[in-house]
Amino acid sequence: MSGKTRRPAQEAGLKRANFGDGPGLPTLLLLPQLLILLFFFFIPSLRALTQSVLLSDPFGTTVQFVWFDNFKTLFASSEYRQSIAVTFWFTVAQNVLTLGSALVLAFATDRIVRARSVYRTIILLPYAIAPAIAGILWAFLFNPAVGPLAQMLHRLGIAWDPNLNPTDALILVTLAASWKHICYDYIFLVVGLLAVPVSLMEAAAVDGAGPIRRFVSIALPMLGPTIFFLTVMNFIYGFFETFAIIDAVTKGGPAGATNILVYKVFVDGFVNLDLGSSAAQSVLLMSFALICTLLQFRYFDRKVNYGV
Amino acid sequence: MVERSPVLSMVCHAILIAGALTVCIPLYFAFVAGSLTVAEVQKVPLPWVPGGQFFDNLQLAWSKGNFSRTFTNSIVVALGITAGKIAVSLLSAFAITYFRFRYRMLAFWLIFVSLMLPIEVRIVPTFEAVANAAVPLQWLADALHVADLWGWISGHDVAISLEWNMVNTYPGLILPLIASATATFLFRQFFLTVPDELCEAARLDGASPLHFFWSILLPLSVPNMVALAIILFLFGWNQYLWPLLFTTDKDMATAVIALKGLIPRSDSEPAWNVAMSGALLTMLPPALVVLLLQRWFIKGLIDSSK
Repeated sequence: MSGKTRRPAQEAGLKRANFGDGPGLPTLLLLPQLLILLFFFFIPSLRALTQSVLLSDPFGTTVQFVWFDNFKTLFASSEYRQSIAVTFWFTVAQNVLTLGSALVLAFATDRIVRARSVYRTIILLPYAIAPAIAGILWAFLFNPAVGPLAQMLHRLGIAWDPNLNPTDALILVTLAASWKHICYDYIFLVVGLLAVPVSLMEAAAVDGAGPIRRFVSIALPMLGPTIFFLTVMNFIYGFFETFAIIDAVTKGGPAGATNILVYKVFVDGFVNLDLGSSAAQSVLLMSFALICTLLQFRYFDRKVNYGV
Repeated sequence: MVERSPVLSMVCHAILIAGALTVCIPLYFAFVAGSLTVAEVQKVPLPWVPGGQFFDNLQLAWSKGNFSRTFTNSIVVALGITAGKIAVSLLSAFAITYFRFRYRMLAFWLIFVSLMLPIEVRIVPTFEAVANAAVPLQWLADALHVADLWGWISGHDVAISLEWNMVNTYPGLILPLIASATATFLFRQFFLTVPDELCEAARLDGASPLHFFWSILLPLSVPNMVALAIILFLFGWNQYLWPLLFTTDKDMATAVIALKGLIPRSDSEPAWNVAMSGALLTMLPPALVVLLLQRWFIKGLIDSSK
């Protein structure tokens, strides 16, 4: 790896004009980053891996090596399987809602000239709002006793109550999560649409393709990589960042209806003190995050060559 | 735009107005609820026009949420994460792009791997790491039998037990959230686009690496730093899970966590007016950042996701 035999320019990601071979200064420069990663990333991740194959009582007095028992127990428990199903439906619904609305809004933004930046500013606003706060806002709107939207549903004869009805609770957190995240997909799609060549659109228009037809058959395929990237990011968001919404709004209830995987890790680890199971769940989530990240790199590998 | 089509333009405006309304309606109702009294906020149907209690509720929320303390905490944490992450990332990106040394690729991959796991999946072990950050040093001491060695040298029996508890401290809140390398890769990408001639010229002039870093590379990086700083500030201010684990001491809570305490539970008085005032207060600083620094914010968003 030290490039005595190779020309320095061939070494990946190194500037052709560089400061040569001395290891002292770069070590010093890297030290803060590597120390923080060691203490708060590598050691905890390794600990999660080792804990997942150990069984310890809540007080940590006895620890036993149990191979993959924690994982077996996990998959045998109906609670965990329910959590998987809930997470799946929650993230898929959130993804469809977010991406669908963002696509429509981005298309509309691309078509208009006047007031474009005003709309964009307003639609981007939820990015500034913490997921927990987004959850609290929607919990208020849909609160069965005081919420204006819940009152409207009641007047329509719908017995809306997310505190008792599992489906209502899931709908509530899905709406809150999507509301918070549409802005993210939206801005990427707006930027992506700017990159579609006008000449292509004009040629299609001359051939008689209308605006919607052009969007579907030209812009959408060109946005393909962006949409793929956003889908992956939406899954990461749904899996991990919606923790705050769940905790602030439903606490996983009622009857586990909103007990998504990342919330269950927290409850099992910090409330039930079942460290082995919590760690096993962490490891499974880590694998998921890993897959997502690799998929994500497939997307921007096309734009950014990491070999360089 | 390729052709004029007034009807479609109208439809598009209608779609965008609907989108903007969807964003604004929850905020408007938060404002309305935040301006009512407890009795009014429980009325069915909820009034559509604001009442006269807005500033009283703000004051009440401010004191009930311990906001004079928790806002300070939020600012410290958000700025700490922003400054810390940018600082360590700039240094390490500089190291891996501008120096040739033996373990350069190893360092690159160590940093790269950390992009893959969000903190949410390793909260329990990370909490343990923060509860006693000295544990790894303890292992090292145990593994090397430092205690035995010292006992043998000094003739006393000693037990080494190291402890460094960061729970309820600012470093404990900040450092684990710095441990991800997104910013490093952003700066690395940027440094790779900086013309080689600048560095060559600096070397011809006899500038030291640090001098080059400080007076040439850093000024060039300012636009990227600003864009990233906005995203990191929002990230830090809006953190939830990690500060939640630290609320053992109420004075160390952040504003978002304190706000959670204002939400009425089913068995308490439904003081949604105070809760909504608190929500408006807590979202104000990040919302202002997004509104005022729109252009930079979008750049940061797009950059930091790549």
